[in-house]
Formats: sequence, structure tokens, C-alpha cells
Amino acid sequence: MSAQYKLIRCKINGRDVEQMVDVRASLTDMLRNDFQLTSVKKGCEVGECGACNVIIDGACFNSCLYLAVWADGKSIRTVEGLLGPNGELSDIQQAFIDEAAIQCGFCTPGFIMTAVEILESGREYSDEELRKLLSGHLCRCTGYENILRAVKKTMYKRLGKEYS
Amino acid sequence: MYDIKALYEAGSVQDAVRLRLEHPQAQIIAGGTDVLVQMREGKRAGAELISIFGIDGLRGVSIDGEGNIRIGSLTCFTAITRNPIIQEYINVLGEAVDMVGGPQIRNAGTIGGNTCNGVTSADSASTLFAWDAIVELTGADGVRRIPIQDFYLSAGKVDLRPDEIQTAILIPKESYTGCHGHYIKYAMRHAMDIATTGCSVNVVLSEDKRTIQRARIAYGVAGPIPMRAPAAEAAAAGQALTSGTVEAFAAAVLEDIHPRDSWRASKDFREHIAVEMAKRCLVESSKLAGGVIA
Amino acid sequence: MSKSVGQSKTRVDAFDKAAGRAKYTDDLCGRNALATRLIHSTVAHGLVTAVDTAEAERVPGVVKIFTCFDVPEYYFPTAGHPWSTDPHHQDVADRLLLSRHVRFYGDDVAVVVARDEVAAAQAARLVQVHYEELPFVLDAQEAMAPDAPQLHENYPGNVLGHTQIRNGSYEAASQEPGLIKVEGWYDTPTVQHCHIENHICTAHMEGGRIVVTSSTQIPHIIRRVCGQALGLPWGKIRIIKPYIGGGFGNKQDALYEPLCAWLTTQLGGQLVKIDCAREETFVNNRVRHAIRTHIISYVRPDGTFAARKIECFSNQGAYASHGHGIAAKGMGAFPQIYPCPNVEGDAWTVFTNKPAAGAMRGYGIPQAMWAGEAHLDDVARALGRDPVEYRRQVAMPQGYVDAFSKNENYFDSFRQVMDRGMAAIGYQQKRQDYQNQSGPVRRGIGMALFWYNTAVWPISLESCSCRMVLNQDGSVQVQTGETEIGQGCDTAFAQMAADAIGIPFADVHMVSTQDTDLTPFGTGAYASRQTYVGGFALRQTGELLRDKILSCAVELTRQAKENLDLIDGKIIRITDGRELMGLGELATEALYSLTHSQHITAESTYQIKNNAYSFGCTFAEVEVDVPLCQVKLLDIVNVHDCGRLINPALAEAQVHGGMSMGIGYGLSEQLLFDERTGRPLNNNLLDYKLSTFMDHPHLRAEFVENPEPTSPYGTKALGEPPACSPAPAIRNAILQATGVALNSAPMTPHVLFAAFKQAGLL
Repeated sequence: MSAQYKLIRCKINGRDVEQMVDVRASLTDMLRNDFQLTSVKKGCEVGECGACNVIIDGACFNSCLYLAVWADGKSIRTVEGLLGPNGELSDIQQAFIDEAAIQCGFCTPGFIMTAVEILESGREYSDEELRKLLSGHLCRCTGYENILRAVKKTMYKRLGKEYS
Repeated sequence: MYDIKALYEAGSVQDAVRLRLEHPQAQIIAGGTDVLVQMREGKRAGAELISIFGIDGLRGVSIDGEGNIRIGSLTCFTAITRNPIIQEYINVLGEAVDMVGGPQIRNAGTIGGNTCNGVTSADSASTLFAWDAIVELTGADGVRRIPIQDFYLSAGKVDLRPDEIQTAILIPKESYTGCHGHYIKYAMRHAMDIATTGCSVNVVLSEDKRTIQRARIAYGVAGPIPMRAPAAEAAAAGQALTSGTVEAFAAAVLEDIHPRDSWRASKDFREHIAVEMAKRCLVESSKLAGGVIA
Repeated sequence: MSKSVGQSKTRVDAFDKAAGRAKYTDDLCGRNALATRLIHSTVAHGLVTAVDTAEAERVPGVVKIFTCFDVPEYYFPTAGHPWSTDPHHQDVADRLLLSRHVRFYGDDVAVVVARDEVAAAQAARLVQVHYEELPFVLDAQEAMAPDAPQLHENYPGNVLGHTQIRNGSYEAASQEPGLIKVEGWYDTPTVQHCHIENHICTAHMEGGRIVVTSSTQIPHIIRRVCGQALGLPWGKIRIIKPYIGGGFGNKQDALYEPLCAWLTTQLGGQLVKIDCAREETFVNNRVRHAIRTHIISYVRPDGTFAARKIECFSNQGAYASHGHGIAAKGMGAFPQIYPCPNVEGDAWTVFTNKPAAGAMRGYGIPQAMWAGEAHLDDVARALGRDPVEYRRQVAMPQGYVDAFSKNENYFDSFRQVMDRGMAAIGYQQKRQDYQNQSGPVRRGIGMALFWYNTAVWPISLESCSCRMVLNQDGSVQVQTGETEIGQGCDTAFAQMAADAIGIPFADVHMVSTQDTDLTPFGTGAYASRQTYVGGFALRQTGELLRDKILSCAVELTRQAKENLDLIDGKIIRITDGRELMGLGELATEALYSLTHSQHITAESTYQIKNNAYSFGCTFAEVEVDVPLCQVKLLDIVNVHDCGRLINPALAEAQVHGGMSMGIGYGLSEQLLFDERTGRPLNNNLLDYKLSTFMDHPHLRAEFVENPEPTSPYGTKALGEPPACSPAPAIRNAILQATGVALNSAPMTPHVLFAAFKQAGLL
């Protein structure tokens, strides 16, 4: 049995790349091993924990359940791609820090990418809606409370509204 | 890395049919949220896969020439929930699939995969059963359409022939016209869970909103495959919209369903919940249809 | 003088974690690492008679397969306790790297080493293990029966440990006329820590020594255990602990580090990785002890306790791990919280054929509070008293001295936290509103207290070592053996260091990684000890460094030391407040001086022989849908007296996490086993019901800050306490709502269904 490879072309954090991938690889494998994007974490490998979440063409996916070959032609974003040109944090990353929404940090990158998708919709959501939109991630440290605050605060800020 | 023996990527339905014939042992993979999990568990380890992920033509919701709602089999749950056609005519389906797993799973998981799995707990299935959905299968000899009740054969087994792939789910016009429905997913958590039992009810009320012209009810996890509850439907059809009818309707479901004991839930518990869900679903569906329960 | 302590400083690791740059074990592992796959027992109890690896070895990519017949015969303990030089206090050494005598479904029998994970998995499926099956037992009380299967040779009746309390005379006191007897059996489930990063470790050899990188809370302890397991001098082992994705006590145990360390010695020192799958984390790491508790209280009509009895049956699972410490700590909390002159207590820790139970956030106290606080509401109900008002009467009074540790209850914390909690949730009005409901959907409000003893003295050693190194720019590296596992200790330490030395918070560089070659000795993250114990060492070392800096300043400024101070990184002349020089200038001058060069550093160890009570409570409000057998948590507040807060924002966050764990404990989490085979049924994150984002109301944390007199920073335990009281508070709220006393956690719909049917509600 010889290994099967495929050349894929995609955009990762805004950069066009080409990569020969083992067809058996998950997108998590590809991002971590071939591109050293180690913010993409492995917590369960079956789509339950959300630690491997990335944005593909504007929507969030658990990269553990996404074959690397499927990334061909897609645009993929990870937390590493959120930093500004001088290494400055994006507003949502800063909000996670300011609201003490980070503890062990293992679920953080996945959560932040879902938050990015939520925020980029440009819509205002109720707490209940935000909880549902964020429910594809498990966190054992925070009880989710400060994560909700961070996302809410950034949502209101981007919408130009007051948040108390 | 997954233990995949070989991966064949289909670019079109015809391509997929050809690959099915060329690789009879191969497993179809659509969104990956079930097949890859099973592979990792070892159940399908070492399998060949036919990926239909790239057939974009199978994505999307439309209304066909006969007025039927056509949902391409690769349409993901999120897209179904957000689709205006679904929202207008069969919003309950959008609500039901919005209870699958979490948001990322709903972006990846497809309605075709959800039904081809043949599992009784699929969140889409009870609603599709309750709305008399038609499954469209495309094979070497063309297209075959069968009622979803015939598509499910037994637990984990569906009527998908060796050359076929599922290409669409159709909701017939006569099924959705004037019809309002509600789904309750009973689970142990509010997200990231599978249904302990799922119940989908829909009704058509008389013009004066006082009589139930038609009521349909289907369950997931009330038996090895999703099922309708004909006795309950008969108990409500043509009856006045009263709390007595609701009670009779709900009590009758026990004539049809046959859940089992498992470590996830006892038979007694599932039966108790099924009756309660039937009540609440009928009440809610009737309200959506503009009725007031007397 | 305090500037940083008490402020909500930003976590020192926040930027790297938000940016996705923080490196965890797998992120540091070389891509050439050999993959492994464990072969787990498929019987709950048995002897391995043969392992057939022939077919598996033919899988391309397989490097080697090791079985239970290959491993060295050094029995080792795994508990993350400080070592005791007294053999009677050492942990039970009952483990080998792989097991011939398998004692639970999932026990480690063999390990495949391969070039990649797919080859390892393929080979693992082909390994055939033959067993001589033995009868097994899953229940702790059943395991104590005379005819029960025996798991370990030296533990008749499978009893690993038994402790007693005999205060006064329970028998005599319970004969007093007119007493009301309240009795209950209270069950808690087997649960798992569910940190999002699974346990993972890697090992390779360098310079003839073994280097292990591990997701652990206790690097210095792991070094000792690896040495014991491999029969090597401890100095031959080096443990590196990078960032870890949570621990909660599971990683306060030697997990796969000893096996990984041994594997590299068998593979010419190549890099080997053991990466637990989530399914393995549930079963092959550690779980929380399921404890069944029996409580009898004899109460006078005025509410005072005449006599109380407690029996605890703690399910240890297959291996000793932390063993009896958990049940002993849990029962140990019983006599103090509601003092009574006549108490009889017995706690048994019993081996069963389940996964090994170890440390988990709260260490026996969540189980004890589930039983004790449920029981207390049962007593209040029997007396017709309001649960809060009744607790006010009987809870530990100010000035109470613990007979065992000799610690004093300095403040009236219990009554203070109850006051705060009542006000926060609107207890009195709601309690009144929710009386005598009869509809299908009912509300209730309830509460529970807890107390938790900070750190492990006088059971074990309590010490912390710290090193500080002054840089040329006046900033300081700080190292301790105490580990950041997500709880935020590095930030608290940086705040303490800044104040102790007299420099800005930003000038403290915490070295987050522990490396046993480089890091001063410390025992690590457990017992909610680090902020308390570390505080002494940080303060002492900071003052030592500060003293050296001021001595140097004397040389450089020719002023009297008594007239100098170091404030905010500047040398100040106290007499006129003039800034004489910056610390950077001093440090540079000191280091590069051609006349008296000195590298200013300080290092010290502080041993404490003390600990501190931490107190608190939970108030919970629920809505119960009786026909659907569902509980909705509407509101929940935790109030803590953990002394002075070092960092209020991080303290609050810590409480949220503990509350979440407590909610899951009360309502949904439980690891289930097949009674017929002992097989775990739900060891994955789908079937094990960890709370999701949608399963919580807002979590609210409040604090009563009574300064702890034994701590230099007035602080005491906060890490574990938040998880101790939510579950019984929810239980007591359901009791008010429905009149149904649920005595078995978690209170799932299945439990409610059975209880409601019995009570005639359904």
C-alpha cells in the first residue's frame, strides 16, 4: 500500500500556498505539521471540543473532521492570521485578555475564530443567540462567562454601541 | 491522520456513480462529520473513500417546476436553517437541523449524510418523516425517487444501491402547503448532543382554526429507525382542536412507538417523554397554525 | 507599599495565549517523534496469559511492540504527593509500566511503537491478548464483601484505607430522649477532569539522560516517579513542563511519563510520544472518586446536634493513586463544619475494577459537601426550619479551633458569605414566593456551604523554592517550582514579586516553564496551595533580592542602607525622597563593574507548617419542568472568603470555572460502566455531558475578603473551593421546588423521572 498524495493550492491567512498533502491527513494535521500553525489544537479529534476550529471561506469548521485535500481552492484563517502587521492583537483577542477570558488557553484560539465569524456577520445578537453561536466549543476553565463578555463587548464596540 | 486506504474525489454526480461502480467497497464521504469519526474509532479504518464533497451542484435549496421544495443532498445544516424557502414553508426543518451538534458541525454536516447514515437519532429525520419527504437517488440508470419511510430499511441501513448516491431530498407541495410544525429535541444538554428522543409534529387546521384537518407526527429514537405514529395521527385527524384531542393524540403514540432500554435511557423514560413531547409539539404546531386550543 | 497585589493585572501569559503562540507539549514535539498506541485490556479483571504480536509486527512502519512481559519489575506509586522519607507515609507502589494482572477494563497491556499514528493504530488492532478472566466488582461496598474478588494481594476486603473519628460517644448521646433522627444515603458519581488538552508526553535521551516533556502539574514529582519506575537515580531524569491545557488534578499524578521515559531507553534514545486520545483520558488517566456517604443526625427540637454519624465508601478503582487521602479529607471536613460533641465517623477507600481514581479539584470535599449539605437541608426540613437560618445557628462559629491542624477560624466567614449570597440572589423573597407550588413547572431556591483546607500540612511537606535573577535593565526573572496550569499563578506570583522587590509589575519576567534541570524545587499545582505557599517564598526571596540590591546601592551611592529604599524600580533616598538611580543603572553598573562585579540573584526555600481554612457558599435558583423531568438553572452565585484577593479579575474567573464544574457535577456529568463487563460506556465528550455554553445561566462570583493572618499576602485557597458547593445548592433548590429530596448526583432527567414517579408527581 503506497501513500497517496495530492497537490493542493489554497490561501492560508491571506497567503497563497501550495502543498503536497497525504490524502489521509486532516486539515488539523496539515496546518500544524506543514505550516506550524500550532494554535490549531487537538482536544478530541471528533468534532466535540472545538479546539481545532478554523475559518474556511468565512465559516467555522472543526479542522479535525475536514480532510486536508478539501482545502484545495479554499481560504483558511487561523488565530495566527489575526495579528496586525506589527504583531498587534485584533480587538477580539484583546477583549479575551481584558475580560480575563483566558485561563489555560487551550480552547482560546478555537473560540476566538468562532468569535471572528460572529463579529464579521456585523449583526447584533442577544446573549442567548451568542451562547448558541459559541456552543461548538468546550471549555473547562472559564465556565464560559468571561468568554461571553469578551465577545459581547467586542460586538457592541464594532457596532458602535455602548456596553455595560 | 486517518486510516484511509484510498481517496477518490468525485467532481460530478456522474463521476460519483462511476466511482461507485469502480470501487464497490468504498464508502461515500460527504461532510465527513460521521464517516471520519467512525474511521477514527476503527469501524471503517482502512476503507476506501469516495468523496462527493466537491460536487457543488448538490448544494442549495430551490423550488422545482412542480412546486416541491428541493434540498440538495450536500446542503449543510446551517444553509438549510438560513434558507428563505425553508424559513417560509418548512421552518421546523431549519429549526430541527439547527439542533445538530454545534455550529461548526452544522457548517460541515449535510442533510444527505444525516439521512444516509440510517440512524434513528438524526435530527433531520423525524421532521422529514413527518413531512412525507421524498429521497432522490441517482444511479447509472438515472433518478429514483422514494418516500423517506421506504429509504430507511433498518438501523444503519438505507436503500442506497451500489451505483447510487443520494442527490436530493424533496418536500412535496401538498405536504407543506398550509402546514405548520414544531420539533422538540429531548437531550441531556442544550448543545453538542444527540437526541434521547426527537419528536416532530405538523398540522393543517381548518379555515376557522377550530379543527385539525391533518396531523402528522414522527419520532427519532422511538425505534431502530425514525418512525411515524399513525394511531396518534388518526386520533387527531378531523377532531376539534381541544385539550382533549391533544391528550388523546399524545396517549395514542404509545400504540406505535417501541423504544428500547439502553444505557442512554430506559424504555419507560423514553415512552413518558414521547407522550409529553407529542402534547407540547401539537400545541405549539397548532399555535403556529393560528389555532387556539379549546 | 503594595502596588501590584490586589489589582486585576493582565495575565502574564495572556498575549501568547490570545495570539496562539503559547507552546504546549505537542507544539514542541519534533515531527520525527515515534508514535505509540496503547493496547488496553478488554476484560475488567484477569491475568494476561499471552500477547500475540506476530501479525501486528508485520504492519509496515511498526518499530517495536512492548508487552507487559517486557517491562521492568519496579513497582512504583503514581500519586503526586511530596515524597516522604518515612516508609509508612509513602504512597502505595502498586503499578508497573504495563500490567500482566489487569484490574480494569482498559488497563494497559502493551504498547505499539511505529513511525506514524496510522501504522500504530493498524498494528494495535492486530495485537491479540489472551486472558485468564477473573471475577470483577465495580461497587465499593460490594467489593468489601467477604466473597468479593480481590484486586491486590495485601489488601483484604479490597480496603486500601480506613480512618475513624470517635469524638465523645455517639451511641450514648443518641439515646437522649426527644431527639429527631434524620438519616440519608448520598451518592456521587465517577467524573473526569476533562481539561481540553489531553495528557501527552514525549521522551528522548540526551547526554545519557532521559528528557521527558509532559503536560503535568508536578514536574519535580514526576522526575522522582520516573526514577522509581525505571530503577534509575532521579538525577538521570529531566522533566520539562511547558504550558498545559488544564489539569484539575488529573495531571497531579504520574500518568504516561514513566512508560514514555522507559520506551526511549528501549529505542536507542529516540524521541517517542504518548498522546492520549480523549477516550483514554477518561479511562486511563484518573477520575474523581465516587463516594457513597451515609449520615445519621440526632437533633434536638431546638436544632442542636446531639450525635452524628458518618460512613463513607470511596471507590478507588483499580490502583491506589492518591488513595485514601480523598475520603479521609472529605470525612475530615464533617466534624468541623457543624460542630457536634458526639461524632462517629468511618471512611473506607476500596479497590474496585474501575479506572483508578486520583486527585480532582476539591479532593473529596465536593463529595463531602454533596452529602453533608444535602443532609443539612434534610435536617432543616425535618425541623421545619429555613435552611439558611438553621445553618446560621449550627455552622462553625468564629474562634473554632480545628483539633487536628490547630487552625483557628478567625472570622465569622460562614455567616458573612451567607449574608452576601442571600442579598445577591434575593433569597428571602424567592424562598417565600416559591413555597407550596403545585403546577407542572416549579421554581425553587437553595444553598450550600463548604469549607476547604488550604495546602497539605500537616499530612505532608509544604515548602516552596524560588529564584530571582536581576537583569541589566532592572527587570527580574522569577522562577519557582510551582506550576501555571491555567489558574493564573504566574500572574499572582509576578504581582507578589513586584511588590516584594519594589519594581513595577511589568519588570517581572515569570519563567513559566518548569525544567527540573533549571527550576528550583517545588511540588506543584495541587491542594489550592500555590498562591498561599508560594507567597511565603516569593516574599522571602523578593526581600532577599531587594536587600542585595540595596547593599549594592550603598556601594554605588555611598548612602546608609537604612536611608535607602527600592520603590517602583528606583533607588530612593528616604530622607528626602530623592531618586538616586534607576534599578537598571544599578544592575548594569553592578554586573560590569571593573572593581566589584556582581550578578545579583536571590534564591530561597520557605517551609510552612501551617494552613488556612477557606470558606464559601453557593446559592442556586432552579426551574423544574416536572413532566419533562428537566431542571433549568436560572441563577447561581458563589461567595468566597479566600482571604485578600491577589488579582480580583483572575479570582472571579477562577470561581466561574469551578462553578461550571460544580454545575456539571450536580446535573449532568457521570462516567458510566457496563455492569456486565465493566466496559466504560461514555468515555467521550459527546456521551459524557460536560456543560456547554448553553447549559449555564450567568455565573456570579462574590467575595468576602477577610485577610488570612497566616499568609504574608492575606490569601488562602481559591483554586478548588468553587467546585465544592454548587451541586448540593442545586439539589436543595430542587428540594424546595418539588419537595423531592434527590440523594444521587448527577440529578439527570433519568434520576428525576424515577424520583418524581416515586413521589407521585408523575
